[in-house]
Amino acid sequence: MKSIPFLGQGVGTIALALAVAAPWLLSAYDLNLLARFLALSLTAMGLVLLWGEGGILSLGQGVFFGLGGYALAMHLKLADLGAGEIPDFMVWSGLTALPWWWALFKSAVLSILMVFILPAAIAALFGWAIFRRRISGVYFALITQALALAFATLLISQQGKTGGFNGLTDYHTLVGFNLNLPSTTTGLYFLTLFLVVAAFFGLRWLTGSRFGKLLRASRDGSNRLRFLGYDPTPYKVVAFTVAAMLTGVSGALFTLHAGVISPALVSVVPSIEMVIWVAIGGRDSIAGALAGTLLVNFAKDKISTAFPELWLYGLGLLFILSVTALPKGLAGLVGPDHPFKPEKLGDMFARWRRGKAANATAPKPTSLAEEIAA
Amino acid sequence: MDFAFLTGQIFNGFSVASLYILAALGLALSFGLMRVINMAHGEILMVGGYLAYLTILWVPGPLGIICGMAVAFVVAGILGGLLEVALVSKLTSRPLDTLLATWGVSLILQQAARDLFGATGVSVTAPAWLDGTLMIGTLALPYTRLFIMLIAIAVLAGLAALLRFTRIGLLVRAVNQDRPTAAAMGVNVRQVDAFVFALGAAAAGIGGVVLALLGPVTPNVGQSYIVTAFLVVILGGLGSIVGTTIAALMVGMITALSQIFVDVSFAQVLTLIFVVIFLQFRPQGVIAIRSRALDAE
Repeated sequence: MKSIPFLGQGVGTIALALAVAAPWLLSAYDLNLLARFLALSLTAMGLVLLWGEGGILSLGQGVFFGLGGYALAMHLKLADLGAGEIPDFMVWSGLTALPWWWALFKSAVLSILMVFILPAAIAALFGWAIFRRRISGVYFALITQALALAFATLLISQQGKTGGFNGLTDYHTLVGFNLNLPSTTTGLYFLTLFLVVAAFFGLRWLTGSRFGKLLRASRDGSNRLRFLGYDPTPYKVVAFTVAAMLTGVSGALFTLHAGVISPALVSVVPSIEMVIWVAIGGRDSIAGALAGTLLVNFAKDKISTAFPELWLYGLGLLFILSVTALPKGLAGLVGPDHPFKPEKLGDMFARWRRGKAANATAPKPTSLAEEIAA
Repeated sequence: MDFAFLTGQIFNGFSVASLYILAALGLALSFGLMRVINMAHGEILMVGGYLAYLTILWVPGPLGIICGMAVAFVVAGILGGLLEVALVSKLTSRPLDTLLATWGVSLILQQAARDLFGATGVSVTAPAWLDGTLMIGTLALPYTRLFIMLIAIAVLAGLAALLRFTRIGLLVRAVNQDRPTAAAMGVNVRQVDAFVFALGAAAAGIGGVVLALLGPVTPNVGQSYIVTAFLVVILGGLGSIVGTTIAALMVGMITALSQIFVDVSFAQVLTLIFVVIFLQFRPQGVIAIRSRALDAE
């Protein structure tokens, strides 16, 4: 089946128009939620590049989310202080002076740069060390998970320097703007929307480029790529770095909208939840990841407030169903090779339908011996 | 730092390593065989812990903990077998998807434990014969910790004997060495997979009982050990019992010895850094049965 021409563009334009109109359509609370989830979708888009295109599953994206979030939150904390003051949690922990690496974040420009540079630099270094030794697949997933655990544990244990379990919260001004004013939140919403749209088209360009082709090649056959004279390592490192940078920006924007960044948002469990947004939306599709993020998070918000204990069962089922029944996610349902075709392999429905079809219509298979005898 | 403190920490290292052996053995076996990691393995530890609690309620007295182990071995084994047949076997050749699907199972099991037993956890009191300490000079070795080491050694020995001397062990080794050839020789590789998965889960069930002796059993108890157990599997190499044991000892020692100098959270970071550096030199792990760098894609 050929897909309907301009369907994607049409839906995209309508979605964008709705998103632009959202500040006038939604209540302040819902707008804030939408802004948060749009911020999170940057993480999801990074995972499409890394996991969908590169075949590299990272269970430690929370680390980069946290680096971006904390980099900005540290600046926001400092921006509220008078000269010579230090943040309240430092006082409670008995610190008397600002650690030197905190002092760097007094500069707004440097902090915003750090949101981009810090996650990217750490991802590049870590990725290079791992991919250079041809460690991939399950190994990489588990090592990144350990990274997320170590990062969160470190944040919690360094109470005096990181705010510990409570993280960093309660800030009021960003480069002179009052964060509590509705005009500021609307402005930040549009900033987020702009960055999401920019990331969307940026990633479309990147995956369509020669780089994207080689990244997919490294996913489908690293050895063949090597035999053709390419080293897959730099492609994987760049994909990991770009994904980390997007995730860092995502963390910073989320921190602005949610007003808090804490270890509970960056540890093992949230890191793997980031993967489920993409798995539900479709790991091969940037638009799918965006939709998946919004869908899963709105569902989480509605369900977990009404039935908190039900949400974890639901999330667990989402993990199981998304990989068994919907390996290409929601995007796979509408794409050109959607699974409702009987000849389509690789999903449970197809196998089930094939079984029914075979029972109903197919002639009894004749054995080779019978064929020869006939 | 005095000598007794150092030897005490080394002893601690061995006891931590024993826990990692129990937690990681099953993972390593099925990883070597099927290239999949069961993210719900930590929850099988948890189930083992709760089973110990229930068994001791039912069979109080000195032998409760032993009965708990038998029950945990059987029930966790059945649970592992079910998980393999119902889910993992459907996702062969998609190891990353298996990670995610089994993570879903782990979330469901955790929430189920929270609903059944409460979020705060239950505690298992060690039987009287495990109270007390063995004194060697100034060194105090708690009996519970010695017991854990004994259990780990017993499980290791039992598993090694099973793989070495029994028919099913022979089949497991055959599939581990060369799956297509084993299948061509008439080995039912699917059954071998399910058996190994169940066996690994059963070992984790015993591990859970042992964990229950050390602290309260909470819905999250598995999570606190499993991430490090994953690192042990990576460090150990593909499906090698010896490799896993050595890796568990290395990680246990690093955790225990680094705590002389830094706090627990830094010890965790140091462990991770050690693993990344180690993999720079031996990306295939401590022991690799197959060292074909090219076939690992």
